[in-house]
Amino acid sequence: MTRLFAAVVAVLAAVAALIAVAPELLSPYLVNSAGQLAAFALLAVSLDLIWGYAGILSLGHGLYFAIGGYVVAMHLLKHGLAVTGRVPDFMQFMGWSEFPFYWAGFESFPYAAGLTVVLTLAMSGLFGFVSFRSRVGGVYFSIITQALVYVAMLLMFRNDTGFGGNNGMTGFSVIFGRDMADPFVSRMLAIGSIVILIAALLLCRRLVTSRVGRLVVACRDDEARLRSLGYGTLRLKLGIWCLSAVLAAVAGFLYVPQVGIINPRLLSPDVSLEIAVWVAIGGRGALSGAVIGAILVNGVKFWLSARAPELWPFILSGLVVLVVMAFPNGLLDLGRLRPRALKFLRPARGT
Amino acid sequence: MIAIDVAGLNVRFGAFRAITDLSLTIDYGEVHAIIGPNGAGKTTLLDVISGLTRPVSGRVTLDGARELTRLSDTAIARAGVRRKFQKPSVFMALSVGENLEIGGLGDASLIDETARLIGLADQLQRPAGTLSHGQKQWLEIGMVLAARPRVLMLDEPVAGLTDGETDLTAELIATLRGPDRAIVVVEHDMDFVERIADRVTVLHEGRTLFEGAMADARQDRQVIDVYLGR
Ligand SMILES: Nc1ncnc2c1ncn2[C@@H]1O[C@H](COP(=O)(O)OP(=O)(O)OP(=O)(O)O)[C@@H](O)[C@H]1O
Ligand SMILES: [Mg+2]
Repeated sequence: MTRLFAAVVAVLAAVAALIAVAPELLSPYLVNSAGQLAAFALLAVSLDLIWGYAGILSLGHGLYFAIGGYVVAMHLLKHGLAVTGRVPDFMQFMGWSEFPFYWAGFESFPYAAGLTVVLTLAMSGLFGFVSFRSRVGGVYFSIITQALVYVAMLLMFRNDTGFGGNNGMTGFSVIFGRDMADPFVSRMLAIGSIVILIAALLLCRRLVTSRVGRLVVACRDDEARLRSLGYGTLRLKLGIWCLSAVLAAVAGFLYVPQVGIINPRLLSPDVSLEIAVWVAIGGRGALSGAVIGAILVNGVKFWLSARAPELWPFILSGLVVLVVMAFPNGLLDLGRLRPRALKFLRPARGT
Repeated sequence: MIAIDVAGLNVRFGAFRAITDLSLTIDYGEVHAIIGPNGAGKTTLLDVISGLTRPVSGRVTLDGARELTRLSDTAIARAGVRRKFQKPSVFMALSVGENLEIGGLGDASLIDETARLIGLADQLQRPAGTLSHGQKQWLEIGMVLAARPRVLMLDEPVAGLTDGETDLTAELIATLRGPDRAIVVVEHDMDFVERIADRVTVLHEGRTLFEGAMADARQDRQVIDVYLGR
């Protein structure tokens, strides 16, 4: 697995270098897609950390992704207003002349970045503490995460909450004082996303191969046993849960400026479910598997969206069935089982 | 000296009385066997001592000072009371060495010595999931040992082992015995119990039926009727 991990990191680094050095080889669409895929891959890594390694399936990671997304959108709108004087669409729509009080400070990038982390830690910390403390686990935990993201979606659909309502937020014009339509900005966003993905991969790899990482796996395999050996598992689970949530929020923070819009549909339960599908397809419990799954599934989705978007649900379901039936460990099984899996194709001998 | 003092213990699961008015002591320096027919409440007693099951009433005191029925399972383990479960449970995805490291609360210096004790010194890199049944049992004992517990509880340590492995386990327990350690063994293999135990308590339907030497238990009318004679 180590070799595959190194290969994945090398390919990511090569793509970032290519965008930096020879952008003329790539269309702006391709550069933008690469940046979005990096954000999705980071989201998948965050879910793999908690599902693959800690055995806790979140079906609501869209919540943390959306926290990062909404916060960065608010920053971009306020920053845009300060630089170009452009009033956000939803303010005009609501007939508001002033921002609600909680929009204060968002023109500052450090404030937005810091708030993303703090808000995510607060939400995931509170939810994780209550759930793990009362030993809620397994399917129950997954269902509650899904319910939570659904509640958040309903909340954000309301127009009077001051987050853009069902239209969401769009019309981002400037970032760090530069025109977002500038191809240079788009390249920087893509490169930044890939670099952050690589950094997160290295960090997670260090974590999962450390002593704490082994405890997380031990907790997944037999929590009662680990407790009986003198370990408090609450802290362990809470720590990895919050780290996973923060990585998901960072992914959302990177994604929204590149896609140019955020709306409550990001909080729809099926979006969160799909993240689990990427990880399952790529192979959970291996960081490289999560990256491969996210990029592969979304790559196909991007490609299809211009040609035959109506086919997408069938292809996605087909992939899920294939993985569940043939490759319980995802595509990583292909590498491991190749000789045996293909044996039935060879003619039988001696008959 | 008394390590664990169980007094007036009652455990219920709904209307079912798993343990009724049970009192017993476990002393430092002894190997104390707990025997009895299936469903007698042996595992339940260990569950109460290790904090997994809460009694309806009664007290479990460690070293005459600490009341265990109010502590969490983690805290009890940290106080030096460790157990091996009836169903072998090692961390399959981790190696032998990593399992022992976790058992020793991260103290790497104890890994080699413990591995030698359980006969797995040359298998430290091996994934625990690939061990034989007997080796898994020993590894689990090793994980419990790695933290040098004062009270060691073994729930059916020789279940499913070959005769040779059972002999080795008896030798292992003999070397673990010490003036600063109390050892509790739950087992159905009576010859094994006779070899290792200083004292046996026979449980039946959640009550104490007999307490004393194994040789005397074998002569006891009631014990023969409910358990040994079957
Ligand atoms: N969590 C539980 N809920 C309900 N009943 C239980 C529970 N745990 C144990 N029991 C019941 O309590 C009784 C005692 O069980 P226990 O596991 O202590 O028996 P044991 O003496 O260890 O038997 P064995 O030799 O088969 O391991 C059994 O009748 C069992 O079915
Ligand atoms: Mg039992």
